[in-house]
Amino acid sequence: MKLHSTVMMALRALRRNPMRSMLTTLGIVIGVAAVIAMMEIGKGSSAAIQNSIATMGANNLMIHPGTAASGGVSFGSGSVMTLTPQDYEAMLRECPSILYAAPVVRARTQAVYGNRNWVPSSMMGTTPSFLDVRDWNKMSEGENFTERDVLNGNKVCLLGKTVARELFQGDAPIGKEIRIKNVSFKVIGVLGPKGANMMGMDQDDIIIAPWTTIKYRVTGSNLSTSNQSDSSSSSSSTNSTSTLYPGQKATLYPERSETQTANTLMSVRFTNIDHIMASAVSTGEIPNAISEISKLLRERHHLREGEPNDFHIRDMTEMTKALSSTTTLMTNLLLCVAMISLVVGGVGIMNIMLVSVTERTREIGLRMAVGARARDILRQFLVESVVLCLAGGAMGILLGHGGSLLVRYFLNWPVETSPAAIAAAVLVSAGVGIVFGYYPAWKASKLDPIEALRYE
Amino acid sequence: MKLIELKNISKTYQMGDIAVPVLKDISLEVERGELVALMGASGSGKSTLMNILGCLDRPSSGEYWLEETEVSNISNDARAAVRNRKIGFVFQSFNLLPRTTALENVIMPLSYTAEHLSDAERLKRGREMLTRFGLGDRFHHEPSKLSGGQQQRVAIARALINNPPVIFADEPTGNLDSHTSEDVLQMFKKLNRDDGITIIIVTHDPDVAEHARRVIHIHDGNIVDGLFVHSANAAASGNGKEKS
Repeated sequence: MKLHSTVMMALRALRRNPMRSMLTTLGIVIGVAAVIAMMEIGKGSSAAIQNSIATMGANNLMIHPGTAASGGVSFGSGSVMTLTPQDYEAMLRECPSILYAAPVVRARTQAVYGNRNWVPSSMMGTTPSFLDVRDWNKMSEGENFTERDVLNGNKVCLLGKTVARELFQGDAPIGKEIRIKNVSFKVIGVLGPKGANMMGMDQDDIIIAPWTTIKYRVTGSNLSTSNQSDSSSSSSSTNSTSTLYPGQKATLYPERSETQTANTLMSVRFTNIDHIMASAVSTGEIPNAISEISKLLRERHHLREGEPNDFHIRDMTEMTKALSSTTTLMTNLLLCVAMISLVVGGVGIMNIMLVSVTERTREIGLRMAVGARARDILRQFLVESVVLCLAGGAMGILLGHGGSLLVRYFLNWPVETSPAAIAAAVLVSAGVGIVFGYYPAWKASKLDPIEALRYE
Repeated sequence: MKLIELKNISKTYQMGDIAVPVLKDISLEVERGELVALMGASGSGKSTLMNILGCLDRPSSGEYWLEETEVSNISNDARAAVRNRKIGFVFQSFNLLPRTTALENVIMPLSYTAEHLSDAERLKRGREMLTRFGLGDRFHHEPSKLSGGQQQRVAIARALINNPPVIFADEPTGNLDSHTSEDVLQMFKKLNRDDGITIIIVTHDPDVAEHARRVIHIHDGNIVDGLFVHSANAAASGNGKEKS
């Protein structure tokens, strides 16, 4: 018997008792509708949660320079200078998993406005895309600086909320000039509030300026500030003189201490930066981004096979974990609800199909008498239950989708249509039809035609 | 030409430890084109014989040749195919599918036929068959909207849809009044006469058996006077019943 005619036969059989068919499918309808609505609403909320966790920097990567070691004593991360601005440009150019990247040059010094002063916990020189990396584009006043400011080393800066409050005490900071190490910076923007980070540090206690400005005008050419091995082991005086004259041109070749030269054989780079911040296209792309960056930097730094990296890449594992565990938890929860309601629906189907088999015993006997084989009967009842379930599934999908649209319309919850959930709902309802329809169908096919024909 | 040939058919039911013999070594031949009545009291084994003849049941021993084919030992699926192609059933209680139109009832067996006819062809055959039995205006009536006689005619049309050589009618007039009974029996006779279809009617009603050309009496699992052949107008079959 062709499937098409079996399906037609099943539809006719179901139409013979429309009320019962409807009530039977109701279980599946409600189950699938619940699944679809929950999936769509859940996906919407988990996307929203992911977004807000992403603003905390979950898909950020920090690339730090490597470690200098002297006589078995390691000086910790960042003790050699191996990263250059060209590195970050190359990363942007060659790593497809990287969305944004920004170099960071740090300084820690006092900012002065009028009679007030403040030492921000972080003072960063970077590029405009730093705000993209940190997902911090919401300025509360003014605007971001530009690439041109970076190229020219313009003396402009952005203040964090805390710095603005401490220095300006409620005055409008835009257009005012503050002094950092005797260099005056024009405030062109105030960053939106970001609050504390996961370690409890105030992220609004920040001054951001073009990295060229911080590098050459504030920290001068003192390229070894971060290198404690230098300051402790060598008494190079070149650096200290340069600090006296901020704003002086950078020396072309940064001086390297003897220990450094002895320990790390590497080509001289023009300028170094403290670290690079990058953001991956998505949280899931972080492993790809890491491998792409390592490959690129090893190549750029001419590291041979077997040589250790002269840089470290850090990701926000903790946050990523929190993120993925939230999502998996949510998905599992939804899956549980889905399973329970579908099983309940399936039991309903089985119940009614069993009743139907008993009730139609004579019909089964007759069909066998006129030439139906056991497998024809099995197929007929199986198809009937699958058709019931699929019809229920289709209605459930419409109902669930409608429900989630209503939720979006009236409650403004974020909702995301999920084709995967719809496909799964169709498959699962067909599966429920087969699993729970099999036993009644099998029972029907095992009937003895003589007994069945005589059944009252 | 023999259509049906039973050779030493026995059927024994196992009721717990006791074996109950229902048919005892029955041999029977039915020629093509016969109209046979199978008579016997309840419990005589006529239903069992009917089930074996209709390929619904297997004999415990013996051979059953239908159209020169041994069918007592073939698989269930093969027997289903035999029922579909070679045998038409007419039942006492009509056994039409409820809430299904007359036309759909008639073409139902076609969906189990091995070679697939197109829907249009099936419907055409169903309509022809119904028209032949005077139900040309009842295609889309459900059984509940038809009289008993009409329902039995639908059932006969269904039995004939695959052009089987033999029809088994199990008390076909049991649920009908005398007038419609007569009607149905005339129909069987006409089919037998005009189309040469072999018809075997199971009944306990001598008035029904009267219409048959040959009456086979079964008593306690034995054929009493199965070889007695009546002429078409011999009304002596009523006496034959008394003998058993």
